[in-house]
Amino acid sequence: MGKLLRWIGSDSFVVSLVAILLGLICGAIIMLIGGYNPIVAYIALFQKIFGSPYDIGETIREITPLILTGLSVAFAFRTGLFNIGAEGQFLIGMTGATFVGVKLSGLPWIVHAPLAVIVGALAGGLWGALAGWLKASRGVNEVITTIMLNWIGLFLSNYIVASFLLQPGQQRSYMIQDTASMSLPWLAAAFGNARLHWGTVVALLAAVVFYIILWRTKLGYELRAVGHNPHAAQYAGMNVNRRMVTAMFTAGIFAGLAGVFEVLGVFHYQTVMAASPGYGFDGIAVSLLGMNNPFGVVLGAALFGGLTYGSAGMSFGADVPPEIIRIVIGSVIFFVATQGIVRYVLLPFYKRRGKEVAKA
Amino acid sequence: MVTDIGGVNDKSFNQSAWEGLKKLEGNGVTVKYLQSKSDADYIPNMNTFVKDNYDLVWGIGFLMGDQLKTVATQNPNSKFAIIDNVVDAKNVESVTFAENEGSFLAGVVAGLMTKTNKIGFVGGVDIPVIKRFDLGFEAGVKAVNPNATITKNYTGAFDKPDLGKAAAATMYNAGVDIIFHASGATGNGVFNEAKDRVKAGKKVWVIGVDKDQSLEYGDDVTLTSMVKRVDEAVIRVTKDVINGQFKGGTTQVLGLKEDGVGLPDTSKKNVPADILAKVDDYKKKIISGEIKVPTAQ
Amino acid sequence: MVPLSTADTVVELKGITKRFPGIVANDSISLQLKRGEIHALLGENGAGKSTLMNILFGLYQPDEGQIFVRGEPVTIDSPNKAFDLGIGMVHQHFKLVQPFTVTENIILGLEPSKGLNIDYKSAHARVAKLSEQYGLKIDPKARIENISVGMQQRVEILKTLYRGADILIFDEPTAVLTPQEIHELIEIFRGLVAEGKSIILITHKLKEIMEIADTVTIIRRGKVIDTLKVAETNPKELAEKMVGRGVSFRTEKKEAQPGPVVLDVKDVTCLGGKGLPVLNGISLQVRAGEIVGIAGVDGNGQSELIEALTGLRSIQSGSVTLKGKDITNEKPRRISEAGLSLIPEDRHKHGLVLDFTMSENMVLETYFHPEFSKGIFLNYDAIDKYAERLIQEFDVRTPSIYNKARSLSGGNQQKAIIAREIDKDPELLIAAQPTRGLDVGAIEFVHKRLIEQRDHGKAVLLVSFELDEILNVADRIAVIYEGQIVGEVLPKDTNDQELGLMMAGSKRMQGGEARG
Repeated sequence: MGKLLRWIGSDSFVVSLVAILLGLICGAIIMLIGGYNPIVAYIALFQKIFGSPYDIGETIREITPLILTGLSVAFAFRTGLFNIGAEGQFLIGMTGATFVGVKLSGLPWIVHAPLAVIVGALAGGLWGALAGWLKASRGVNEVITTIMLNWIGLFLSNYIVASFLLQPGQQRSYMIQDTASMSLPWLAAAFGNARLHWGTVVALLAAVVFYIILWRTKLGYELRAVGHNPHAAQYAGMNVNRRMVTAMFTAGIFAGLAGVFEVLGVFHYQTVMAASPGYGFDGIAVSLLGMNNPFGVVLGAALFGGLTYGSAGMSFGADVPPEIIRIVIGSVIFFVATQGIVRYVLLPFYKRRGKEVAKA
Repeated sequence: MVTDIGGVNDKSFNQSAWEGLKKLEGNGVTVKYLQSKSDADYIPNMNTFVKDNYDLVWGIGFLMGDQLKTVATQNPNSKFAIIDNVVDAKNVESVTFAENEGSFLAGVVAGLMTKTNKIGFVGGVDIPVIKRFDLGFEAGVKAVNPNATITKNYTGAFDKPDLGKAAAATMYNAGVDIIFHASGATGNGVFNEAKDRVKAGKKVWVIGVDKDQSLEYGDDVTLTSMVKRVDEAVIRVTKDVINGQFKGGTTQVLGLKEDGVGLPDTSKKNVPADILAKVDDYKKKIISGEIKVPTAQ
Repeated sequence: MVPLSTADTVVELKGITKRFPGIVANDSISLQLKRGEIHALLGENGAGKSTLMNILFGLYQPDEGQIFVRGEPVTIDSPNKAFDLGIGMVHQHFKLVQPFTVTENIILGLEPSKGLNIDYKSAHARVAKLSEQYGLKIDPKARIENISVGMQQRVEILKTLYRGADILIFDEPTAVLTPQEIHELIEIFRGLVAEGKSIILITHKLKEIMEIADTVTIIRRGKVIDTLKVAETNPKELAEKMVGRGVSFRTEKKEAQPGPVVLDVKDVTCLGGKGLPVLNGISLQVRAGEIVGIAGVDGNGQSELIEALTGLRSIQSGSVTLKGKDITNEKPRRISEAGLSLIPEDRHKHGLVLDFTMSENMVLETYFHPEFSKGIFLNYDAIDKYAERLIQEFDVRTPSIYNKARSLSGGNQQKAIIAREIDKDPELLIAAQPTRGLDVGAIEFVHKRLIEQRDHGKAVLLVSFELDEILNVADRIAVIYEGQIVGEVLPKDTNDQELGLMMAGSKRMQGGEARG
C-alpha cells in the first residue's frame, strides 16, 4: 500500500498523467479545427466508458485481450526480443481453442473449458517458440520471422476454420459447445448483458505470473540476464539459445490466451477473417505505454482499451467522425509513449521546485 | 445504422446504404451511423442505438447476422433490420436480394457478346450469396449461347486485388474475353488486369457488381454491372417503419420485380440496342415467372 | 581588454562547482591552461575529471563559477559553442560513422558543397593537408571500419582540427591503444603543441604524464589537490597525491611454491571465424600456487585461448584437463562448477549485466546453487545477504547492493567481479586484462588479490598486454604468438626487451627451456 502511494507521488505517475492531458488537449485542438465541440465529445467519451454497467462491462471486455497481448510483447522485450508476432500467436491460440471447443463434446464444463484454454495457450506458445527457435538455431531476426508468422498464422487459421470447422452457409465456424464456454452469464446479467468472461481474471493473474516468473524465479533471472546482456549470460554458463525459445514460448502463451478468450468468452465462434483483428499490434503500443512492466501493461491496456471503446461515444454523442477520433486516440498514445516531450514541457516546473528545495 | 469495418466511405455496400438513409433525413427523421473497428464492436454499437431509443437499427452485411440476433433477442421491444442475411426473430426484418435474377441478365449480355465463346466468373468467398451470382449468371449465358464455356474461380477473399488480378490474367490468357466478378475489392484487380490489356490493344471486358462500376473504371473496360440497390432497400424498409408498417419476422427478397437488382442505364454505351432488347425480354419473363432462375441457399 | 598577465592563458576555470544528486562532482575547481602547454588532469576514476571537461565542452552547465577563454568570460551551453571558441574534445569512446570514409567523418555537419553536391575533392585535399601538417599520416579515403583503433583516434583529432580547434581535450586517450600506438600518439601531441595548440590530457597513467605533460593538476573527490610542474615532481609524489596515501609500485610477494599441475592444456587447436586456426596446437601447464602470465601482442590467440578453456569455443583437437578431470569441450557451466573462475577481459560485455543490481550480479554464475534457490524460485534474502558480505569484504563502493552495476565506477565494477570469482573458491582463476582502465589504487588491489589466491595454493593464469604487469605479478611467463606458446621465461631472468622480441615472433624458444 505504501509502495502504491509512493508510486502515485512519483515522477513517472505525474508524467503519465500530464501526458494523457496533453494528448487530450492536442486532440481537442484538432476537433476544434475540424469544427467539432471537444467538450461535448470528451463528455460523450467518458460517458461511453463509465456511463452504464453495460458500458463498463464492455470496456472491460475490450481491455482484456489487450492486457494479454501487451504482456506478450513486454515479456519478450524483457528478454531482449521484439515480438511483433503477438497477432499470429493470438490467432493460432484462438484456432486451437475453437477446435477443441467445437470438436469435442460430451465432456463436463470443468474438463472441456480448461482443456480448450490450455490447448489454445499451448498452440499460441508453440507459434511463438517457432520464431524463438529460428532465431536460436539459425540466427534469423525475430522481427522478420514474427511478422511473417503473423501472415502464416492468419491464413492457417482461416484454412483450419474453413476446412474443418465451417458451419455450412456461414463464413464462420460452428458455435463452440456450451461446455467450452468461458462466459460469465450471471455476471453479464448484472452488467446489462455485457460480454464478461473468465479471461479478465486470467489476464490479471497473468500479469502477476509475469512478475513472479521474471523477478522471483531462476528461470526469470536467466531470461532477464539474457535480455540485458546475452554475452555475459553466456559467459556465466546460461544456455542463451534455449532461453530465447523459452521466452518466445511464454510470450506466445500470453498472446494465445488473448485469442482463446475472444472465442470462448466473447464470440463463441471463429470467423474466416479477411484481415487480422489487430489485438497483437495494439499489444505493442500497450507494452510501450506500460513500459514493459506487468502492472504498467494492465494500466496501458486500460487506457488503450478505454479510449478505443469510448470513441464510439464521441462518434455517437458528438458526431465526431471516426477519422478524427483516431487522431485523438493517436495523440494521447503519442504523448504517453514519448515521455521525453512531456518531461521537457514539465521542465520549468521541476526547475522551480528544485530551486525551492535548494533554498530550503 | 451500424457499418462493418469498411465504414461509410467504402465505395460499396456501406456507402450505398448510408446514401439511402441520408435521403430520408429531415421531417423529424434523424439518422446516424456507427462504424465498427472490429467484429467485437457490432454488439456494443447496436446496443448504443437501442439504448438511445432509435426506432430502427440497421445492420449492414451478412457478417452481422449472429450479433444482430443476439441483440434483437435481448431487446424484444426494439426494431431491427439487416441486409444480406436472414435473422429469424419477431422484431427483425431481413432484406436479401435475388442476385441470381440480376446475374441472369448479365449472363445474357455476356453470352451474346462474347467472341471467343469463353467467359469467366471470379467469385469472392464460396458462400450462398456469391453462389447465387454464379448460378444465375451461368443460366443466363446458357440460355442465349449454349456453346459458351464458363471458367470459374473463387479467390477466397473479398479484399485481395492481387488475387483478382492473377485470376483474371489466367482467364484472359486462356482466351476468355468477358469476366463477371462478384468479389468486392478483389474485383479491383480484375479491372486493373483488364485495363492493362485494353491499353495493350486487346479487347476484353469486365462485368461489375453491386454498384455501377463503369463510373469508377470507365466505359472502355466495363461492359455493364449487376447492380444491387442497397440504398433502395434501406429506403423501403425504413419508410415502412416511419409509416408504422414494420414487417418484423419477415424476409424481403428484392429481385427484378422490386427493382432491387438489375443492369444500369449506362449499359447502353457498350451493349448494342438489340441485345438490350433481348435482356428486357428475359427480364419480363423472369418477372412473370415464365423463367425460373436457379438459386442457392 | 585582455589584461597582459593573462595574455598567454587560453583557458581559465575559476571556482567551478557542479553538484549531482547526492554528490558534489566538482567542488570549486580552478585551473589555468597556457598556450602551447600540455596540461594533465590526474585523478582516480570518479574524481571528477570528466565532469569538469564536459563542463568546458558545453555538455554540462556549472552550478557556480566562471569560465574565461582567452581572457573573455564565456558561457558554454553546447558543444557547438565550444567549437566556436576553438575547443575540441576527443572522447574515450569514438563517435564515428563506421561505413563512412575518414574524410566523410571529418566533414560531417560541415560539408563543403559545390551546388547540391558535396565537394569531395577539396575536402580530401584539406584533410590530407591537415594530416600532413600535424604528422598524422592518415589516408583520407579509407573507411573507418577498416582502420585500427589508433587511426580512428587520429580521425577524431582531425575532426577537432578541421573545426578550427586550438584547445584540445583528450579523455583517457591511451586506454584503448597498444604500446606502439601510445608512442605515436605522444609524437602527435608534440607536433600539435609545436604548432601552437594547447592540450588538456585526462588520464590516470603516471608514466604518460611524466613523459609528455608540462603541468599536472591533481583532483581528488572533486577538489583540486595541487597543481605542479612535471619537471619538479616524480611519480611517487603524484600517486600519493592522487590516492591520498602512500602507494607501493613494486608488488610485494613471496617466492612461489608451485604444487601439482592444475591446468593442463595439450596441443589444443581451434578454428576462427574464417575457418583458419586461431589456436595452433597450444600447450600450457599451470600449477597450484603459481601465477602464469601470458604475454603477447593483442590478437595472437589470447581471447580464443580463454574461450576454449571456459567452454565458449569448440576445440578441434587436443585436450584440456582441470585437476585431472577432462573438460575438453564441456559446457561452460560444467567447467565453472568444476572449479574454474574467469575475470573476463571486457567487464561490461562479459563480466556483468549492467542493468542488474549489484546483488543480482554477485550470483551470476551461482544463482542456481541450493543456498540461493528454493525449487524454481530464487531466495533473494540469501542472495542479498551474500552480496552484502562480498561487497564489504572486497570493499566495493556502492551506495547499496540494490544499485545497478551500471552506476558504479570501473574500478568498483572490477572489484565486484573479482569478489564474485574469487569467492567461488576456484582451483584455477583466469584473469584477463584485470587492470585495464583502472587507476593506481585499484590496480594495487587487484594484484594483491591475485597473489593472495596463489598463496592459498590456487592456480592463476594472468593474460595481459601490459608487460609491466606480467613482469611484476607472474611467477612464470609464457609468450603467445600466432596461436602458439613460443617460449617460457622466468621474470627474474628476462626484461621487457627480450619479451618484446619474443612477442614479435622473432625469438623462438622451446617451451620450458628457460625453466631448466
